[in-house]
Amino acid sequence: MARSVDQIFIYAKGWLLSPLAGRAPDWVIQITSSLINIAAVLGVFLTLFALISVLERKILGRMQNRYGPNRVGPFGLLQPVADGIKMLIKEDIVPARADKVVHFLAPIVVAAAAILALGVIPYGRNMTPFVIDGGILFFFAVGSTTELAVFMAGWGSNNKFSMLGAMRAIAQMISYELPLIITVLPVVMVVGSLNPDKIVSAQRYYSLGFVPHWFVLTPWGATAFILFFVSGLVESNRTPFDVPEGESEIVAGHMTEYSGFKYATFFMAEYLGMFAVSGLAVTLFLGGWHAPVPWLAFIPSYVWFFAKLSILLFVFIWVRGTLPRIRVDQMMNVAWKFMLPMAFTCLVSAAVWHYAGRRLSGWLWSFAVVAIVYLGLSLFLDTRKKFAPRTYRFAE
Amino acid sequence: MNTVAFTIVAIFTLTFALAAATNPRLMHAALSFAVMFVGIAAFFFLLGAEFVGLVQIFVYVGAVAVLIVFTILLTRRDVEKTRGFNWSGVVIAILVFAGLVWPILKSTSVSIAPPVIKALTVKQIGLALMGAYVWPLLCVGVLLTAALIGALILVLEDKRQ
Repeated sequence: MARSVDQIFIYAKGWLLSPLAGRAPDWVIQITSSLINIAAVLGVFLTLFALISVLERKILGRMQNRYGPNRVGPFGLLQPVADGIKMLIKEDIVPARADKVVHFLAPIVVAAAAILALGVIPYGRNMTPFVIDGGILFFFAVGSTTELAVFMAGWGSNNKFSMLGAMRAIAQMISYELPLIITVLPVVMVVGSLNPDKIVSAQRYYSLGFVPHWFVLTPWGATAFILFFVSGLVESNRTPFDVPEGESEIVAGHMTEYSGFKYATFFMAEYLGMFAVSGLAVTLFLGGWHAPVPWLAFIPSYVWFFAKLSILLFVFIWVRGTLPRIRVDQMMNVAWKFMLPMAFTCLVSAAVWHYAGRRLSGWLWSFAVVAIVYLGLSLFLDTRKKFAPRTYRFAE
Repeated sequence: MNTVAFTIVAIFTLTFALAAATNPRLMHAALSFAVMFVGIAAFFFLLGAEFVGLVQIFVYVGAVAVLIVFTILLTRRDVEKTRGFNWSGVVIAILVFAGLVWPILKSTSVSIAPPVIKALTVKQIGLALMGAYVWPLLCVGVLLTAALIGALILVLEDKRQ
């Protein structure tokens, strides 16, 4: 029973494909199967987007001691529908001096990259929409096209604020791509595969009958997870790293000249990117769709995946509601002087853990490596004693 | 199926390559160039070289294209100005093309007909890089590190003033 509930979507897809089996040529079946997967991913995540956009406003409202949207539908739950209609009937303004083609294509490319990245994440047992051997690499390859798309938005708008925003966005995305990718490496190294399904199944065991073998429970995994999450925050341009669209400084960054549904597309891409990064974090560090304790394994795998995903999304919103925006130079300093060395430390620490036999002693040694580097970096990067009268430097 | 896909990808890639070469607006040419890289990655996918295809997108679309675009932005004041037709470029392109095609046609070791494709896994590439080719890999690593340090020294601001 539990098994069939777990596989219900697989059966549903098989049922949808069954009229074709034996009659249509192979490639028709292949393409139909892919189209079903694409439709499922889009359906699920656009619904989640609608849901999270209203939930975020509710949660932020709660944190800021106000109500949040509560006028449309019960508890304001129909707010996304109203927003969607509003966005659709708004005038689509394109600046007269804009590069029309590039201006038009930019939001599409941003959204396409985010949607493609969602394709390689295993959402449940046998539920990876796009099975590919180098899935993790695919994720980052399509993610890296976002930079060009952001640039297209900034340049195509022919607006100083847009261009500045795009420059900032690209600078921070390139800087944080390094820690983001290097923190993934220890997991890839320990599992010995770039395939997300294999990474998930490498975390399927339990010690002592209840401690899951999730990578987040190892010292290197915990460090890598935190670094990965922070880099993910930056990559999705969310507060406190929303420097590119800092509305108090440069209007809305690369989105300044967008209105109506194009703006909504950017907004959607931001959320889809957030889902993708959280989904990858769940896959890599939080055991994917596995249950946290073996006796809860009867609950379907996709429920576990989306439960973990919701927790991470809640943290995203929580951070947004709590922290102020940080300065560009602070952000770059953290990226290059702290995040990058720590990411490399994770790599070394994971190697120590692996070669010490993946046991308790390895755990302790690995912890020692992370702790020593962390303490060393905090001593080395301590700026407190350097306080002095402020000096100003101007561009020459 | 593969032939159809090959034709579609070839037309796509060639179109954007031509656009990159002939588009009078420099930025459009650079962006077409980036799209062309995606087409080349598609070729690698068709050949079963998944890893190379992904790296192609990762490095060329994600990094090289951004680099090109930034180079254009930072070095030229007349980005908007349309450029004329460059005949010397055509001559050089034809020469390079002929220089490549001539040895390919002469060579007998490469058969034009595609052999049976066996997908190359990432693991195989990793084993090859870490086994037989570990020295070249390390040398490239040292070279790149040296280049990185050199770049840092070039942009390092003079603190003494």
